[in-house]
Amino acid sequence: MYAFDVTRPKTVDEAVAALSQEDAQALGGGQTLIPTLKQRLASPSALVSLTGIEDMKGVCQDGDTLVIGGGTTHGTVASEGGAYPALAALASNIGDPAVRNRGTIGGSLANNDPSACYPSAALASNATIVTNSREIAADDYFQGLFTTALDEGEIITSVRFPIPQAANYQKFVQPASRFALVGVFVSKHADGVRVAVTGASEDGVFRWSDAEDALSGNFSPDAVDGLTASADGLMTDLHGDAEYRAHLIKVLTKRAVAACQ
Amino acid sequence: MPKDHGIGASSKRREDVRFLTGTGRYTDDINLQGQAYVHFVRSDVAHGTINSIDTSEAENMPGVVRIFTGADFAAVGSIPCGWQVTDRFGEAMQEPAHPVLAQGKVRHVGDPIAAVVAETKEQARDAAEAIVVDIDELPAVVNMKEALADGAPKVHDDLKSNLCYDWGFVEDNKAAVDEAIKNAAHVTTLELVNNRLVANPMEPRVAVGDYGFANDESTLYTTSQNPHVIRLLMGAFVLNIPEHKLRVVAPDVGGGFGTKIFHYAEEAFVTFASRALRRPVKWTSTRSEAFMSDAHGRDHVTKIELALDADNNFTAVRTETYANMGAYLSTFAPSVPTWLHGTLMAGNYKTPLIYVNVKAVFTNTVPVDAYRGAGRPEATFQLERVIDKAARELGVDPIALRRQNFISEFPYATPVAVEYDTGDYTATMDKLEEIMDLSGFEARRKESEAKGKWRGLGVNCYIEACGIAPSNLVGQLGARAGLYDAATVRVNATGSISVMVGAHSHGQGHETTFPQVIAEMIGIDESQVDIVHGDTSKIPFGMGTYGSRSLAVCGSAMVRAAEKVINKAKKIAAHLLEASEADIELKDGKFSVAGTDKECAWGDVTLAAYVPHNYPLEDIEPGLEETAFYDPANFTYPSGAYACEVEVDPDTGKVTIEKFAAADDFGNVVNPMIVEGQVHGGIAQGIGQAMLEGAVYDAEGQLLSASYMDYAMPRADDLPFYIVDHSCATPCTHNPLGVKGCGEAGAIGSPPAVVNAVIDALASGGKNVPHIDMPLTPHRVWKAMNA
Repeated sequence: MYAFDVTRPKTVDEAVAALSQEDAQALGGGQTLIPTLKQRLASPSALVSLTGIEDMKGVCQDGDTLVIGGGTTHGTVASEGGAYPALAALASNIGDPAVRNRGTIGGSLANNDPSACYPSAALASNATIVTNSREIAADDYFQGLFTTALDEGEIITSVRFPIPQAANYQKFVQPASRFALVGVFVSKHADGVRVAVTGASEDGVFRWSDAEDALSGNFSPDAVDGLTASADGLMTDLHGDAEYRAHLIKVLTKRAVAACQ
Repeated sequence: MPKDHGIGASSKRREDVRFLTGTGRYTDDINLQGQAYVHFVRSDVAHGTINSIDTSEAENMPGVVRIFTGADFAAVGSIPCGWQVTDRFGEAMQEPAHPVLAQGKVRHVGDPIAAVVAETKEQARDAAEAIVVDIDELPAVVNMKEALADGAPKVHDDLKSNLCYDWGFVEDNKAAVDEAIKNAAHVTTLELVNNRLVANPMEPRVAVGDYGFANDESTLYTTSQNPHVIRLLMGAFVLNIPEHKLRVVAPDVGGGFGTKIFHYAEEAFVTFASRALRRPVKWTSTRSEAFMSDAHGRDHVTKIELALDADNNFTAVRTETYANMGAYLSTFAPSVPTWLHGTLMAGNYKTPLIYVNVKAVFTNTVPVDAYRGAGRPEATFQLERVIDKAARELGVDPIALRRQNFISEFPYATPVAVEYDTGDYTATMDKLEEIMDLSGFEARRKESEAKGKWRGLGVNCYIEACGIAPSNLVGQLGARAGLYDAATVRVNATGSISVMVGAHSHGQGHETTFPQVIAEMIGIDESQVDIVHGDTSKIPFGMGTYGSRSLAVCGSAMVRAAEKVINKAKKIAAHLLEASEADIELKDGKFSVAGTDKECAWGDVTLAAYVPHNYPLEDIEPGLEETAFYDPANFTYPSGAYACEVEVDPDTGKVTIEKFAAADDFGNVVNPMIVEGQVHGGIAQGIGQAMLEGAVYDAEGQLLSASYMDYAMPRADDLPFYIVDHSCATPCTHNPLGVKGCGEAGAIGSPPAVVNAVIDALASGGKNVPHIDMPLTPHRVWKAMNA
């Protein structure tokens, strides 16, 4: 690592102020940022740790919405997110216990790794990303590989998940990293079905609209049978080519729908 | 009832007290007064000419002590290779120089170019980033067949080509083998890749050099499996330091798996730099450095042909293998695809005619050398895969085909120059069928089908040559050192015993098992015996731990030394008991005179040896300490039969291992619990190779799988519960303990079982796939079944 200063604000306002310094960088659970620093691939002047902000932690239900503080760890979502079982199950399968006890939902969504699990849940659930300055709909939030609608210094304070009628996440793990080689989150709401795919696209998480249309009319695994996920723009790497990923999108979508029945 | 002490008891691993409580002392725990730290500048291109190295900015950075480049090592020796192979035409292999720091050229990503020694690790790294290395990148050779093509870029300009050697074994058999294959009733051919692996011991490599100028003595603390081998290679060939001025210490070592056998540039560097700077110099590898500087394993590309007669008897085997050496010859590299591979091509079968051809090739990749099993897994994999393929082609049961061709009479001289002393392959196969419940397989297959999964069964045998030794034999085969081992049994005045051994324990549990043997021989408690290992200033000149040799070779030396001790102790006892030496018996820690009730305790005799007031000083010396060197008459030949059942998900190609059993013949066993642990670990590594692991280079020589994000190590939930058995024991006939070695068996025996099982599962789903190269990732299996 290169040398840097660390501040540990107690409030969102203090954090926002600290992040206004030049080259300051927000630090959530550090599960991506710390390895990046150790490899000397980033050189922030200051790290602003968000883990001391109590207001950003915890899970609570607000009517038919599950509200999760941006600084809430995956482990906490897994154990306290029972009102949205598919989301809690997703959180319980991120990384390993050490990752789940440090990594946070805000950190994951701010990083927007194309193979991370949470972006698919947020997009399929039609979640709202709440920051220190505004609310951003998930459809507007994810803008490509490691790219989001967040401005410089903007902090995810909470995420609001409408609790669906039914939902399921199917993760097919990349054998080495255990990130999603492909992950599909299916969520059924009163106004239709949303299907979000992570791990597959060169542009990060995306909605499979053909499947959404088919499933909104007929929420059964058979509804997907006639569809083919396109391999265009999907990733090819050591662990799977675009064609395989496209195939998995369909298999996992069917399995997710089956699991919702 | 199982024994609770001595040979055959599952004594608890005493070393685990410190390993499990965080109180082990590893090389990185060693920090010396005035220590400086080194950071290596490594090549980020696979092949190139170094135009210049500009260190001017770095030299003036905070904390920098000195910056070294290849020029500082111009007068220093080349890192030696410990084995010379002679090719088919009687010529010595091509052997390039291997500099400590690059001399004019870089030959793989990770090749060290310069080294910064500074007051702190971070300062060394900061300065290393300020060094400007100007390299003209050259085309890299990565693929072995392309490396041998006319006009291919040469890894070493001063060699004739990228061919290290073209080896034929046994060359005189070639014509007869060709003829037998031509005339065979059936020939099964299989082309396969034995995937390149990175050993990834939990502890990365570390080296600390410490030079004492007052006595002109160098000490190297290093993560090694064999401190005496490092002293020999580095002292004699690289740095020209005589043995009495060089001490090598390998303290607690967190796993080796072969990759810590070898002498590495970093060890020579810290020793050299410490002498130059007159202060200790330390290097601790990062995991990223380990991927590009620890010797890799395997990486063979093979074509094997198996010929059978009309009655399905094996009549001939012919193989052609391309073996990747990487950019330089690591310590044992040339021996792995030859003598540790070709000599095992008979396997467990009485094939009368065998010819093995191996072309060893230089490429712009990290050097490749021994990795758990070393050559024997490669031999076993191709043979057991081609037998399975033959059974499928002929429509016969693969187990019956193996049984029909088993060697059944011992000793058995193979057509590939080794003589198996004992074994009972039918018994181990019978045991395997029993413990795996093979008769229940069809029912389990139906259960899987009901879940929508394809179930497959894979079975294979293995044979290995272990207890790597006979010096006269390995000398004929090209070894440049002896491969005996040594032990000193030092009995203290009160009867407790310290045993100084040449073997090195880095997970094997020697500190527990070696005392069990001594305790059994003398009849004292194991707690009265301690092992000293890992320090050339304390232990006799033994050759360390690899090739499942510790107990078979060093343990035998210890037995010989203990026998000398006991013989002398009997002389002392005879004097104390006023009896004839011939009448003295030692049992349960007591000396007695046969046929009388006269006796004295072990401690009485040992005290007399060191307080020789009433002692036959005119006949024997005081003291009780003996050393023995042991050089066995032959290798040992552990063998076994393994079985694996898998389920394949037809939708995704994902394979899960549902059941796994190993029936091994290790001869006599000292500690069954530790042996089972060794088998478990070996199988985990074998399954890792079969299912998950693979070091992959791109065409430019960049290592794509250079971290755990892309290199998949086996995790607990990738692995099944194992059913293991070692009750079918045929003791080794030529070492005093009758032991054969168990360290590598699991890694040798398991990959073909896994692949055979997956091929069988695909067949049960109607997919006739002849072969899939490891690792059998979901992607590869899905591609193969949809090809």
